[in-house]
Amino acid sequence: ADIISTVEFNYAGDLLATGDKGGRVVIFQREQETKSRPLSRGEYNVYSTFQSHEPEFDYLKSLEIEEKINKIRWLPQQNAAHFLLSTNDKTIKLWKISERDKRAEGYNLKDEDGRVREPFRITELRVPTLKPMDLMVEASPRRIFANAHTYHINSISVNSDYATYLSADDLRINLWHLEVTNRSFNIVDIKPANMEELTEVITAAEFHPHECNTFVYSSSKGTIRLCDMRSAALCDQHSKFFEEPEDPSSRSFFSEIISSISDVKFSHSGRYMMTRDYLSVKVWDLNMENRPVETYQVHEYLRSKLCSLYENDCIFDKFECCWNGTDSTIMTGSYNNFFRTFERNTHRDTTLEASRESSKPRAILKPRKVCTSGKRKKDEINVDSLDFNKKILHTAWHPMENIIAVAATNNLYLFQEKVN
Amino acid sequence: MFVRGLKRKCFDGEEDIEGTLAGIKAIPSYNLQRQSLLDMSLVKLQLCHMLVEPNLCRSVLIANTVRQIQEEMTQDGTWQMINTQSTGQASLDRLVSTDILCRSSRDQAEEKHVPAYGTFNKDFESDQAQGGSETMSTASSVQVPRNLQNNMWEMENPQENKGNFQKSLDQIFETLENKSPNSVEDLFSEVDNSYYDLDTMLTGMMSNTKMGHCDSLETFSSPTNTASNSNCKSDLNDLDHIVEILVES
Repeated sequence: ADIISTVEFNYAGDLLATGDKGGRVVIFQREQETKSRPLSRGEYNVYSTFQSHEPEFDYLKSLEIEEKINKIRWLPQQNAAHFLLSTNDKTIKLWKISERDKRAEGYNLKDEDGRVREPFRITELRVPTLKPMDLMVEASPRRIFANAHTYHINSISVNSDYATYLSADDLRINLWHLEVTNRSFNIVDIKPANMEELTEVITAAEFHPHECNTFVYSSSKGTIRLCDMRSAALCDQHSKFFEEPEDPSSRSFFSEIISSISDVKFSHSGRYMMTRDYLSVKVWDLNMENRPVETYQVHEYLRSKLCSLYENDCIFDKFECCWNGTDSTIMTGSYNNFFRTFERNTHRDTTLEASRESSKPRAILKPRKVCTSGKRKKDEINVDSLDFNKKILHTAWHPMENIIAVAATNNLYLFQEKVN
Repeated sequence: MFVRGLKRKCFDGEEDIEGTLAGIKAIPSYNLQRQSLLDMSLVKLQLCHMLVEPNLCRSVLIANTVRQIQEEMTQDGTWQMINTQSTGQASLDRLVSTDILCRSSRDQAEEKHVPAYGTFNKDFESDQAQGGSETMSTASSVQVPRNLQNNMWEMENPQENKGNFQKSLDQIFETLENKSPNSVEDLFSEVDNSYYDLDTMLTGMMSNTKMGHCDSLETFSSPTNTASNSNCKSDLNDLDHIVEILVES
């Protein structure tokens, strides 16, 4: 199994897609509750597997283009088939996943095994009939959106009009129509005329869930810009600028690096957005630009270790974050296969671990705690014992229920709220 | 780092630091720390310049950090000359902690124990000569020119380095943008000796900046001889030189 690089539930929550470093997409489907298997409710089983992207070679620059899937985004379901967008560093593809459970038999011009029948053998006409067959799930690429990004694509986001979507790389954001592959519109360009003056890059972008003219993008300097596509064709001028003033007492050489935003997500309501930087998660009210309304410390005990984390490059890890269906709880990952949930109303936070040892099927997860001082209580883990190779960067929350998907390197964990 | 389960003596040692000269572990020099961070950042930038697919976000963040350090060093450059007074703590132990860089500037201001770079050199200089802890006053006549030399290096470097760093940074970004295979090959074919130097240099730098920072910086600052300081200096000059070679293709 390869390292999982993205996890995403579809709009109904019955399908869960994962992309990995090898360019593969694996889709899981939730089992329907049946009388014969009452315990299987909530279980997700493999539904379809396909190779989305292959490694490529850019001959002009002599650079290899990784096949790693950076993001998957589902389209809302409009017919029996399912559609999703998957992207690597350079190319976005629209995939159609459809089921086939019937097969036509009794063709006139060809045999059952497909061979063309001899004309003189055809003595009568018949109407082909549909016969049931074993369920087959097919994935086929319907559109390929290529050659629009010079830099590495970090985000894709489907618009609420369900007809367009955006793709963002380090310096530019493009707007596409799902039907048109040979043209895209550049809506944000922050590339300086002189590359020597480059000090800031785009790190994530997302469309507003309801307003089809609004999108946000975050930067490596910890700022978020909200843009309105009605104001101009090129949205280099933002409509809103979100930045929290820096606390001068905590300034260090690593301040900028840890302020770099790795993920931005709108709430389902569209009223708030959440940003993840290296040490914290912040919830912003779209109506207030000068500071977030809520800040949650994910792993503050790492603040004194920043130099070492810079040394081993962990400080550049890009953690994602997600909302639950009702926007009451937010979740993000950490190191040592820990992930954290924060309940916004009660200000209660939980640290859980996604590992084989602590996750027996049907077992309840035990909350974990990290201690910073020398005195370690029982069941606590010391900061210096944390495994920084086990990082949870990608998590997803079911759109309606309390089911979460957690990707721990090359393993996928699914957790469900205990139902009494 | 944590994978090896290396104990960080430096942090824990701070609670014990009181009292006698003999019992004190070295409080790391802020400037030494800053310098090592700068070296580490330059190595990282070089490495990502050599990678096939440089991560632009990472490069930009590291480059901004380098600029920040360089700006601060420029500002501090003249300030360094004044601050030569001893704090009364001989640095018997060469261990240095990276913790200080991670602390806020306010904490550092409160940290009175931070010896200036010059003082630090003074210390090991005198230890080398006399083989024991010495008061600063006796060796002060020897130290002043040493200080001046160090400070001058720091002074001249801000001006020079400002140009060098900026040029290196700029060219790194330019080449990141216009990367072509020929230039990389030409780079290495043109400068045969430098290539090997770069290799050993990078290996040297990497071992200096490896995990277990305490140990590495110990190596960095360990006084094998009085020329060690100039070795460091020449190493860093080489680094600049190599960076220039890499980017001037």
